Amino acid sequence: MKQNTDQMNRMKQRLLLNNLMKHSFLFLTLIALAVLVILIVQVFTQGIGWLDWNFLTSKLSLNPDRAGILGVIVGTILLMVVVGPVTMLLGICTAIYLEEYAKKGRVHSFIQTNISNLAGVPSVIFGLLGLTVFSRMFNLGSSIVAGGLTMSLLVLPIVVVASQEAIRAVPQFLREASYGMGATKWQTIRRIVLPASLPGILTGMILSLSRAIGETAPLVVLGIPVLIMPVPDSLMDDFTALPIQIYYWTLDAVLTAEYANLAAATIIVLLIVLFIMNSAAIFIRNKFQKRY
Amino acid sequence: MIQLMEKEDAATAADQRNEIVLDTRELNLWYGPEQALKNIALQMSEKQVTAIIGPSGCGKSTYIKSLNRMVEMNPLVRITGQVMFKKRNIFHKNYSVEELRTQVGMVFQKPNPFPKSIYENVAYGPRIHGIRKKKLLDEIVEKSLRDAALWDEVKDRLNENAYGLSGGQQQRLCIARTLSIEPEVILMDEPTSALDPISTLKIEELVQELKQDYTIVIVTHNMQQAARVSDQTAFFLNGEVVEFNDTVTLFSNPNDQRTEDYITGRFG
Repeated sequence: MKQNTDQMNRMKQRLLLNNLMKHSFLFLTLIALAVLVILIVQVFTQGIGWLDWNFLTSKLSLNPDRAGILGVIVGTILLMVVVGPVTMLLGICTAIYLEEYAKKGRVHSFIQTNISNLAGVPSVIFGLLGLTVFSRMFNLGSSIVAGGLTMSLLVLPIVVVASQEAIRAVPQFLREASYGMGATKWQTIRRIVLPASLPGILTGMILSLSRAIGETAPLVVLGIPVLIMPVPDSLMDDFTALPIQIYYWTLDAVLTAEYANLAAATIIVLLIVLFIMNSAAIFIRNKFQKRY
Repeated sequence: MIQLMEKEDAATAADQRNEIVLDTRELNLWYGPEQALKNIALQMSEKQVTAIIGPSGCGKSTYIKSLNRMVEMNPLVRITGQVMFKKRNIFHKNYSVEELRTQVGMVFQKPNPFPKSIYENVAYGPRIHGIRKKKLLDEIVEKSLRDAALWDEVKDRLNENAYGLSGGQQQRLCIARTLSIEPEVILMDEPTSALDPISTLKIEELVQELKQDYTIVIVTHNMQQAARVSDQTAFFLNGEVVEFNDTVTLFSNPNDQRTEDYITGRFG
C-alpha cells in the first residue's frame, strides 16, 4: 500500500487508541486492587496492635482491654463441626445420586435446576428458613446446631455442584472397565469413581466451609444474642462466631471506640483462616488434578 | 419328525466336538429409532477365536458390546432376540449383568487401566468378587500377569502407577485384569487399534496363547489380523451378517460378492 499522510494519520490514531485502551484497562484493574489494599492496610494498622496471644485465648468482655475471642473461635469451630459432616453427607450423596443413579429425565432436570437456583438465593433468606424450621419448629433456638444446619443448607448447593463436576470429570472408560469385570454400581462408585473424584469433592468442601465461616446474615436472622457470650461447651449452647462478632463490635464502636480495633483484630483472624482454607483448596486441586 | 431328530443328533455331535458357548439368535438392536443390528445369528464355539470384521459403522462394535450387555449403558438402546451363553439367555431378567460380565470379560479399544498401581489394577477383579487374602491375591496377580505375557516386564515395579507403562503394556495389563477373574469368554473390541505394530504383534501372539483356555471374540478393522488370529470370521455390513465361515474359507473363497469386495479392498 502506498503510504501517504492520510494513511499515516489513521495509523497513528489506531495505535494511539490501542495504547489508550491498554492503559485504561490497567488503571481500572488497579482501582479494584487499590480498594483491596486500602482495606487490608486499614484493618491491619488498626487491629494488629490488639492481636496477641491474650486476645486469642481470653473470653469476651465489655472491657476492650480484657476482651478476647476464645469463645468466638470455639463457636466458629463447633459451627464447622456441624456444617462439615452434614454438607459432606448430603452434598456428596446428592451428587452421586444425580450423576450415577438418576435417569436423565424430567425429575433429574427438576432437581438440578432447583439446586442451581438454591445457589443463587440470598443468605438472609436461608436465615429465615433456619429461623422457621430449626429454631422454632424443632425448638433449637439460636444454638450451634440450629446455626450449623442453617449454614449447611446455605452451602449445600456449592458442595453438590462441585462434587457433581468432579464425578462427571471421571472418564467413562474407567467406569466401563469396572462394570466390564462384573462390578456392581456401588463397587464402581466406591472403588473407582469416588477415589478419582475425591480431590474435586474436597476442594468444593473446603470452599463451602470457608463460605460458611464468613457468612453473617443467616446468624443475625437466627437471633444470636448480643450479650457477652460464655465459651460454648456443647452443640446445644448459644454461641457467637467470627463474622457476627465483627458485626456486633462494629455496631458498638459508636459507643466504645476501642471496639472498632477489636473488630479489626478479629477481621485479621478471619482473613487468615479464609486465606489458609482457600490455599488448601487450590493446593489440593493442583496437586491431584488430571492423573489420567 | 425324523428329520428333526437327525438334526438334533447332528447338533449333539457337533456339541461334543466343540461346545457352542455363545449362540446369538435373531438379535436386533436399535439406538432410538435407528436399527444398528438386524437379525444377527452367530455361533461361537468353545476355545475358538471368532473375528468380526466390517467397515466402520457396520455394527461390529455394537454387537460385541451386546454380548456382555455393555451396550445397554446407552439408555436409548432397545434389544430383541436372544444370546444364549451356555444355554442361558443373557437378556433374561433373572440373569444379572454382574454375573454375565464375570463370565464374559472384555478388553476395550483404548487401554483403560485404573489410575492405581499395576498390582491393584489386576487385584481389582478378585477384590470385587470378595477375595481378601493377600496371599491368594498375590498368586492371582502373578498368574494373570504371566498369562498376559507382562510379568517379566513389571514384576519389579508392581506398586508403580499403571499410567507409567507404554500403551502396549497397558493393553496387556488390561488383558491381565480381565484374566484375573477367569472368565469363559474374552471379548476384544479392536484391542490393537491404538497400538504400534510391535505391540500389536505381541497382543496377537497372546490371543493365540489364550485360546488354549478361553473362547475369544475379537472385533478388528484389520483384515490381516483377522486372518492371522481367528478360526472363524463374520463379515458385518450395515448391521447384518453378510457371511460367517471358517476364516480360511472366508478369506480364500468368499460366498458373497460383498465379502469379496471388502476383503480385496474395494471398499471399507
